[in-house]
Amino acid sequence: MLGYNPVYKKLITVTLILASVLVVSMVLGLTIGSSGSTSEAWKVLLGKGGLDSTLEVIIWQLRWPRVVLAATVGATLSLGGLVFQALLRNPLAEPYILGISGGSAVGAILGILAGFSLFPGLTLSSFVGSLMVLSLVLLLSNRREGHSDSLLLAGVMVNAFCGAIIMFLISVSKTVQMQKIIFWLMGDLSAVSADSLPLLLVVLPCFLIIFLLAQPLNLLLTGRESASAMGVNVAAVTLILLLTASLMVSLTVCHSGLIGFVGLTIPHILRLALGSDHRILIPSCILTGASYLILCDLLARSLPSQGEMSVGIVTALVGAPLFIGLLWRSRQ
Amino acid sequence: MSLVDIRAISLQYGVRQVIKHVSVQIEHGEFFAIIGPNGAGKTTLLKALAGLHPLVEGDILIRQRLINDYSKKELARTLALVPQQVNADFPFTVAETVLMGRYPHLGLLAVEGQRDLELAKQAMEFTEVIHLAGRRLGQLSGGERQRVIIARAICQQSKILLLDEPTASLDPAHQLRIMDLMERLRYEAQVTIIMVSHDLNLASSYADRLLLLKDGEVEKIGTPQQVLTEEQLSKSYGCTLLVDQNTLLGKPRVSLVSGNITAKANQ
Repeated sequence: MLGYNPVYKKLITVTLILASVLVVSMVLGLTIGSSGSTSEAWKVLLGKGGLDSTLEVIIWQLRWPRVVLAATVGATLSLGGLVFQALLRNPLAEPYILGISGGSAVGAILGILAGFSLFPGLTLSSFVGSLMVLSLVLLLSNRREGHSDSLLLAGVMVNAFCGAIIMFLISVSKTVQMQKIIFWLMGDLSAVSADSLPLLLVVLPCFLIIFLLAQPLNLLLTGRESASAMGVNVAAVTLILLLTASLMVSLTVCHSGLIGFVGLTIPHILRLALGSDHRILIPSCILTGASYLILCDLLARSLPSQGEMSVGIVTALVGAPLFIGLLWRSRQ
Repeated sequence: MSLVDIRAISLQYGVRQVIKHVSVQIEHGEFFAIIGPNGAGKTTLLKALAGLHPLVEGDILIRQRLINDYSKKELARTLALVPQQVNADFPFTVAETVLMGRYPHLGLLAVEGQRDLELAKQAMEFTEVIHLAGRRLGQLSGGERQRVIIARAICQQSKILLLDEPTASLDPAHQLRIMDLMERLRYEAQVTIIMVSHDLNLASSYADRLLLLKDGEVEKIGTPQQVLTEEQLSKSYGCTLLVDQNTLLGKPRVSLVSGNITAKANQ
């Protein structure tokens, strides 16, 4: 009658459907791979294995951490994209395109050179890197007010600059860890350390904080003053969201390097399918982003006949044409 | 005791003082209009009332309580603002937009229940936008969008409604439609209405009292008959305006007079 169901009904339905998609993606990520047949892997998953202990080790000690990492990184990047798009009022904003991922990578590499451990030293240095880029991009784009293109232009330039710094730091350093150039420039999930628990412990509260600010974010999108007049503390909400999104993005960059366009592809598709209500979009972005990166990583490690390629190649192959298409449409 | 009590407030934009020592009391159930030339500070004054602009000096009291003592949500439950411009970049539907008005009444999770949906439906019926419920805000005409934003303000259930030029850029039929809604709100829901307007005739026909603002200072406060005089208007607006009686309403009617016509009439 209203053409509108109560939001919690839609939230529950959408969450259930997308959570099932995530479970299916995880199962696929665990069962498909270069070692062992898929049917044998199924048996291991269902606990009927026992015969092939090598496969069991591969599934639980190699594939499982990688699937969890892919899910966490995918969820974080796509949610990060959603938040930046809303706060900067620009459907093309995304952590990678804005250079925020690049800034985190520079911070992280400087941290490695300084001999920091992953937690908390490296995490903090990459967070600082992301915040510096964020402030720089906001400052640069504010000078030419109202032009959404100037924001992207600033981001692209900062990104190129960060890429150059990364290459420079890698070429002058002799540290063994730094040899994996490709890891930082073209995000990769193969360098998974067994334990991504600290990552999850920081990222999950970030998800919760962002979800709790979903409705203020909706109101903010209709205008800062009208949001304020409806009871939203605009300055506080904006600051908390920017900091939280930067923190979780910089943290994932430490684990996976620069994976681009996830934060563009997923929010864009979901907005088309589900509308603009962020109370729905936020959980959807988390679940879909997680599934998406698991599947992209699956492609990255099963497509080449020998070895594997970086997951960043897959996400860029899908995302970059979409970005160009969106840019094209926004010009018309 | 007055519902809204503005006591000698001053406001600044940067270093420029835009409101200087303005005092005015607005009573419960009143239709109050703020008029004045461009740049007089009308919109700034309205924003200060909504708690969107910090006071340099003076106090604003609503129900005898300082505006700064209200929490953000509490203030939003007390007064609702209909701004001049609403952002329609993000494709929210009409129903979603109207439901946003429930935000100051919701808890931490900000999820609406059946009662909130019912209130949104009533508000949309009241402003006659119910048939547009599933449409996106960006697809509507100016008049329709204005009625959606008024529905959102009604959904907020505040007893004070602040309007910033609600009829700007609307044709006469749509202007009338909006103003008649205001009249109904006032008599059916006992809402106090405070409106900024450039349209002197609209202010004259609907408002009980007018505040004429110029360069951030009060020029005159009073009934339309007291404020809208030829002498006062030509002094404040710096041009000749003809004021006569609207015989139907018995209210002052203001007409523009081009220099040419006055010259001919004087011959």
